[in-house]
Amino acid sequence: MAVKIILPARAAPQAAVEPISSELEVRIRKRFPNPEGSFNLNVHFRALAGFTILFGASGAGKTTLLDCIAGLTDPDEGRIAIGGEDLYDSENKRNLVAWKRSIGYVHQDLALFPHLTAEENVAYGLRSLSAVERQSRSREILAAFRIDHLRDRRPAQIAGGERQRVALARTLVTNPRALLLDEPLAALDRPTKSSLVGDLRKWNQLNRVPILFVTHSSEEVFALGDEVIVLDAGRIVAQGRPHEVMCAPRLETVAHLSGFENIFGATVTALHATRGTMTCRLGTGEVELETPLVSAEIGSRLRVGIRAGDLLLATASPQGLSARNILPGTIRQLVQRDVMVSAMVDCGGAEFEVHLTLAARDDLQLGAGKSVWIVIKTHSCHLMGG
Amino acid sequence: MNWEAFWLTVRLAAIVSTLLIAIGIPIAYWLTYSRWRWKFLVEAAVALPIVLPPTVLGFYVLVALGSRSPFGRWWESFNGHTLAFTFGGLVIGSLFYSLPFAVQPFAASFGAVDGKLLRASASLGHSPVQTFRRVVLPLSRAGLVTGFALSFAHTLGEFGVVLMVGGNIPGVTRTISIDIYDQVEAANYSSANSTALLLLVISFLVLATVYGLNRRSWAVGPWR
Repeated sequence: MAVKIILPARAAPQAAVEPISSELEVRIRKRFPNPEGSFNLNVHFRALAGFTILFGASGAGKTTLLDCIAGLTDPDEGRIAIGGEDLYDSENKRNLVAWKRSIGYVHQDLALFPHLTAEENVAYGLRSLSAVERQSRSREILAAFRIDHLRDRRPAQIAGGERQRVALARTLVTNPRALLLDEPLAALDRPTKSSLVGDLRKWNQLNRVPILFVTHSSEEVFALGDEVIVLDAGRIVAQGRPHEVMCAPRLETVAHLSGFENIFGATVTALHATRGTMTCRLGTGEVELETPLVSAEIGSRLRVGIRAGDLLLATASPQGLSARNILPGTIRQLVQRDVMVSAMVDCGGAEFEVHLTLAARDDLQLGAGKSVWIVIKTHSCHLMGG
Repeated sequence: MNWEAFWLTVRLAAIVSTLLIAIGIPIAYWLTYSRWRWKFLVEAAVALPIVLPPTVLGFYVLVALGSRSPFGRWWESFNGHTLAFTFGGLVIGSLFYSLPFAVQPFAASFGAVDGKLLRASASLGHSPVQTFRRVVLPLSRAGLVTGFALSFAHTLGEFGVVLMVGGNIPGVTRTISIDIYDQVEAANYSSANSTALLLLVISFLVLATVYGLNRRSWAVGPWR
């Protein structure tokens, strides 16, 4: 019997506060090419005001999805609506051109106009206003984004992080009905990133519009997300609050994306209801793990995900530990990655990836062929359905 | 040195290259952005004057201007005479003759503008035509200057088309290259030489300007 896991619904109170007019609804299908041939983007979701993170590996269809919403490419069929107004509807043959959609779109490579100054770039989208109003509006947002000193510079004379600010200001000043951000922070260092995120949040408090934020950094998901949508091969595979979706992924694709190096097929062999745990046998081998209890029956098949950084290695059989799982094994291979060492440990039928520091490797004199014990806490074992 | 022929030629080249800016930009725009599948046929037709003997082009322009063609008859009904063997006829012939030298640099520079800028412009509420005016044209300045200069220089040195369409009427259709031919016919070599040298120097200066403008450091535009 398969394990049924139901994702908790999005918290209701917040939804009640949002005015209905700012909701973005997307239900589209589109064939699109990616490096492994072409496949279908097939999604249906609603995004309320605030940040919605689109998370997924490259080639999952994130950019194609944003292009469809912005009107830069046409879906094969479906409907895109903002605040109840259709931007695209294949049934009614409605397809509003991109330049009439009022949807802000900031791409990773910013696309600032090289022949215009920062101020002219920011004023570019205010075509319909008078010259006076255009100037006051753009100066206002340049000040809010702390880039008014760059006013007369061309993009080539502006540093990376500040260029990002100009690009964001240029889009936000137009008061878009929704904001699409395609990895706008990818090239930035951490302090610059978090100060930009702060400015974006501040803006969003005043302008309650949906913001779709594309990233493949799980760190950004936690830093930004009110809601996260995980996209894999053109489909939504998970949706919910970041800690629900990312920390205890119910799906293997999400687990891979959010950094679970160890994923095993497992069979439930015993339930310990009073202890809140159960025992699972990994794969077809002998290795058994004590995991948190979920609603499953003996014989159920599920998957166990464990982060390589959550595992401990010992060179002698550990005594008096609280951790329930202590598995003997042999190091098959050690690989140094930057300042981290990745050890592949064979525990007889199951191979674990364990992450160590360089100091730990040297102190314990670890090397291929050495006998070790792996220590796994019960709650480091995350259970997921198929 | 026949200054009358010289100034007539400069006037012709200036008028033709200015008109070609107006005519060439829409054609180049269409060639750059059209997705029509038979577009290549139009591209080939625009490029024809590069390979066609000027006499062939001149011959057909002459026929089209003459009173046997519908256009020639229409013009004659207004003005009492055809355009053949007039300065106006020369302008029309030269427009065809120099068209690719304007359109090709225009289209190349339009096509070189980063598509991301066009998409950004659309998302900021600008229609394709507005985007063309505010982004593509300013970023194509070097290509526009190149097209203008090349068509100017090309018109300056034309011979075959002028002879076919304009003949050799002093002050009306006698251009500098025809004047050189006349001088040589009359064994007036030193006069032919000074005129030829002047044409050579002007053509070189025009081309030097073009290549100077297209230096790599100016690939995006001559601003800093």
